[in-house]
Amino acid sequence: MRHIISILIENEAGALSRVAGLFSARGYNIESLTVAPTEDPTLSRMTIVTSGTERIIEQITKQLNKLVDVVKLLDLTEGPHIEREMMLIKVKASSMAQREDVKRLADIFRGHIIDVTTSTYTIELTGACAKLDSFIDALAEHKIIETVRSGVTGIARGEKSLHL
Amino acid sequence: MELSGGEILVQCLKDEGVDFLFGYPGGAVLHIYDALYNQEDVKHILVRHEQAATHAADGYARATGKPGVVLVTSGPGATNAVTGIATAYMDSIPMVVITGQVATANIGSDAFQEVDAVGITRPCVKHNFLVKDINDLAETVKKAFYVATTGRPGPVVVDVPKDITDPNIKIPYHYPESVQMRSYQPTLKGHSGQIKRAVELLLSAKKPMIYTGGGVVLGKGSEELRKFVRKLGYPITSTLMGLGAYPSSDQLFLGMLGMHGTYEANMAMHDCDVLIAIGARFDDRVTGKIAEFCPDAKIIHIDIDPSSISKTITVDVPIVGSVPDVLQEMNGLLESSKKSPDKKAIDAWWAEINGWRGMKCLSYDRNSDKIKPQMVVEMIHEITKGQAYVTSDVGQHQMWAAQYYGFDEPNRWINSGGLGTMGFGLPAAMGVQFAFPEDTVICVTGEGSIQMCIQELSTCLQYGLPVKIVALNNRYLGMVRQWQEFFYENRYSHSYMESLPDFVKLTESYGHVGIRIEKPEDLRKELERGFAMKDRLVFFDIVTDQTENVYPMIAQGKAHNDMHMSPYCEPPQDPERELS
Repeated sequence: MRHIISILIENEAGALSRVAGLFSARGYNIESLTVAPTEDPTLSRMTIVTSGTERIIEQITKQLNKLVDVVKLLDLTEGPHIEREMMLIKVKASSMAQREDVKRLADIFRGHIIDVTTSTYTIELTGACAKLDSFIDALAEHKIIETVRSGVTGIARGEKSLHL
Repeated sequence: MELSGGEILVQCLKDEGVDFLFGYPGGAVLHIYDALYNQEDVKHILVRHEQAATHAADGYARATGKPGVVLVTSGPGATNAVTGIATAYMDSIPMVVITGQVATANIGSDAFQEVDAVGITRPCVKHNFLVKDINDLAETVKKAFYVATTGRPGPVVVDVPKDITDPNIKIPYHYPESVQMRSYQPTLKGHSGQIKRAVELLLSAKKPMIYTGGGVVLGKGSEELRKFVRKLGYPITSTLMGLGAYPSSDQLFLGMLGMHGTYEANMAMHDCDVLIAIGARFDDRVTGKIAEFCPDAKIIHIDIDPSSISKTITVDVPIVGSVPDVLQEMNGLLESSKKSPDKKAIDAWWAEINGWRGMKCLSYDRNSDKIKPQMVVEMIHEITKGQAYVTSDVGQHQMWAAQYYGFDEPNRWINSGGLGTMGFGLPAAMGVQFAFPEDTVICVTGEGSIQMCIQELSTCLQYGLPVKIVALNNRYLGMVRQWQEFFYENRYSHSYMESLPDFVKLTESYGHVGIRIEKPEDLRKELERGFAMKDRLVFFDIVTDQTENVYPMIAQGKAHNDMHMSPYCEPPQDPERELS
């Protein structure tokens, strides 16, 4: 099962490598990892997408909690939550037909074309991981020059939150 | 009081009550060594190799329950210490290791004797720190001791760049009384509801089993454990790491369990209906085949580390908390409970267990014309009246020491259980001897292991450490040879030690006493002669039977009821059980 684990971690040198090292040392899957400071500059928020059996996910959360730098942790997938990822994608768009089709697809997916040259479009698209995947699938007829994905971030819905 | 970084470090150690500092000087720590000069409070012990510094600090910690402290230089000093740090990590030993580092400005420039010590040690420490500002130094040291000694203990590395200890830069010194870390708050008290459930389950058991581990020793829970076991009258077994927490001479104790555990302990594990694991982590050497581990048992698990619970074996009643706290609460409940154990069922269970005991699984050939290693261990037990501190290296001799010495007190059996580090025994014995100068400290070792840290004989001379080294010399890497005999059709690939030194002369050249024992009839006399030399280090080079194996043995990946048995034990009393 796919899980999205959110972590509040001390914003200190080496904190990221402790988390990354834990995943490689214990052979856990890691699909994506994002990290940035929060409104409190001493804390970073990290979002990890991982997968495994229930037993493995339980171990992952326990092992993460055991890291001395980890302050708090929440498995977002245990409750209602919002998942977002941003993608920047550069597509070949030189003929009129290509330009029209890419623009139409971007509109359908509620993306924005943020850079235009005579031969390319660059589209910004935000959504759940699966939506970004579908957009890439939808571009099958076109030539994708470059794909940049931010990795997944997420937040719990409603009153529930991950804060100190 | 204004102090330099080097002086601050030494003052922190004094304020922390550190009496011994095991170390080795070098460029990056020279300022610290200068601060150590001309002071008596922290006694620095100069080892001959940084690995030995960590093992000595580790042995000291295991015997005293206090953190071991190490000081090594950057680069090779740090990398040499890694084996000892990993050893302590695997067995959850509290240790603070201060590593020198190149000056802050040179970090990352591939400077002379630079390694990323924080990076290299990260997977084998509980936590580590790089001190980048002298103003953080004292607090970081306090945090290091706090993290190392609380919760599930473990080694903590503090990497200190050379410029931080510069004698020309002085700041006001303040050592915090305590530290608070919002990200680190270990749980001590167990969940009362779970504890109640556990007690009810225990009292309803027909075939109960108590399985204890190193957590009882580390948590100082031996006293509560003894009350708990005696109150219930249930059988108890222990892992290699937990030996001594419950007296091995007690009738309720079935001996060690696991790969080289006793027949009765392993059979009782296999057949029990309620198992309580106390401060033990279901290591693969204990569980054998996971799918067939305690197949009929409801399992209760007490551990201070939540990640130990349901890691390999799913448990029914998990309790996160420190062993003595949880056991104390359980003892209180047992006392006030109206229910008591099912006497009839427990008597029947004991009758079954006593049948297994009847096999006398630790029997060996007592009439051999060769010296049997088991006999050596039994004899040193007699000579020291079971009161010695015993360290060991890793291999057959380690298992024989664990099986035959018979530990009645915690903190007396000191060995590298998790990592299985050859070379651990002698330096660990030094650490113990420093802590307990009046006690007998024995290092049970083999001719393979002892050569991995033999240079420490020199340290022992310098500090007058009268360690007794009992080397069971079978001219083989015995445990490797045993596996090759059992599982590789006697192909003894590189398990034979050719060109052994003359250990007696070697020991003498280090200024100690060496005694070689070749015949069984000389064994007692020569051991007694050596042990009588109270203030000398004596190296017993004991020529033992080359073909002796450690029994019983559960092959890797087999179940508890599937054991290789010694040819000398009694026939099974339960004919339905097939022995391999």
